[in-house]
Amino acid sequence: MLGLGVDRLQADINRLLTSLFHQGVLDEQFLQLQQLQDDTSPTFVYDVINIYFDESEKLLRSLRLLLMDREFSDYKKIGLHLNQLVGSSSSIGARRVRNVCVAFRSASELNNRPGCLRGLEVVEHEYHYLKNMMHELFQLEQQRLLAAGVRYPM
Amino acid sequence: MAEVMRPEKLDMSNETSSLGSPELLHVLAVDDSIVDRKFIERLLRVSSCKVTVVDSPTRALQYLGLDGNHSSVGFKDLKINMIMTDYSMPGMTGYELMKKIKESAAFREIPVVIMSSENILPRIDRCLEEGAEDFLLKPVKLADVKRLRDSLMKADERACKNIMHKRELQANDIYSQLKRVNI
Repeated sequence: MLGLGVDRLQADINRLLTSLFHQGVLDEQFLQLQQLQDDTSPTFVYDVINIYFDESEKLLRSLRLLLMDREFSDYKKIGLHLNQLVGSSSSIGARRVRNVCVAFRSASELNNRPGCLRGLEVVEHEYHYLKNMMHELFQLEQQRLLAAGVRYPM
Repeated sequence: MAEVMRPEKLDMSNETSSLGSPELLHVLAVDDSIVDRKFIERLLRVSSCKVTVVDSPTRALQYLGLDGNHSSVGFKDLKINMIMTDYSMPGMTGYELMKKIKESAAFREIPVVIMSSENILPRIDRCLEEGAEDFLLKPVKLADVKRLRDSLMKADERACKNIMHKRELQANDIYSQLKRVNI
């Protein structure tokens, strides 16, 4: 008999995802990612999201360095970094991160430094929230896999 | 005198279409975003396509042998059925890449699809006018890729049928001429 743990964990996973969709943190593009995962590529979602984390953190670090520099004036570079972030965020369904990046980009187009600093803070906040949620999701899925492998002795 | 046999209905079962092995489109994807490369590669694999992914227009041109460093020898056997390229890339846009591809004799017939996260109508028009097969808004969906694949398969099927029909006509023509000679 399979553990009841599987059903409980699946319910937790569904609840978390529903909440994230409801909050607008994720959009239907995330479902597209899940659709692309199957037995031939069983960790696809996990892999893409981790690639997204690596790339985003590099970009965020670079953005912070640029803006922290008192001599800063390269708004065009900020714009290019943000284009990357907007693109990759929308590709994985990270709707809120994408939207705050767009707002940040608008500030950079106006050469508005305080606006950019605020924009960066908001993006960093949303990004870290997303990352924490994804980690929670992956943990639940991992536990579910383990629970599904459990066989109670008859 | 040898009997001239009526040509049988042409058996095309061994004839490979321009697709090479059956149902396997080879797509070259160009995108500078590592996330998007992973994504488009998976989209294409799931759609039963063979995929080659490169991270820049320069590498795409190198792969196609269009970077001026190669003669066309060796690239004659390169079988690409479609090129999908991001629009905004450092150094060269997807539009400029497409123009270079259209200028080449070897690859000008290959359908080029341009992808962009920005919905800019003049940009879309310009790409389509320059001969883009399609313009996809990112994020690209599985349905988009399936649609492209289906339309490519249909185009190839039509081309195959045309070739078959032509050969039948030619075979019938030769048969008639031989018959006349035998009389």
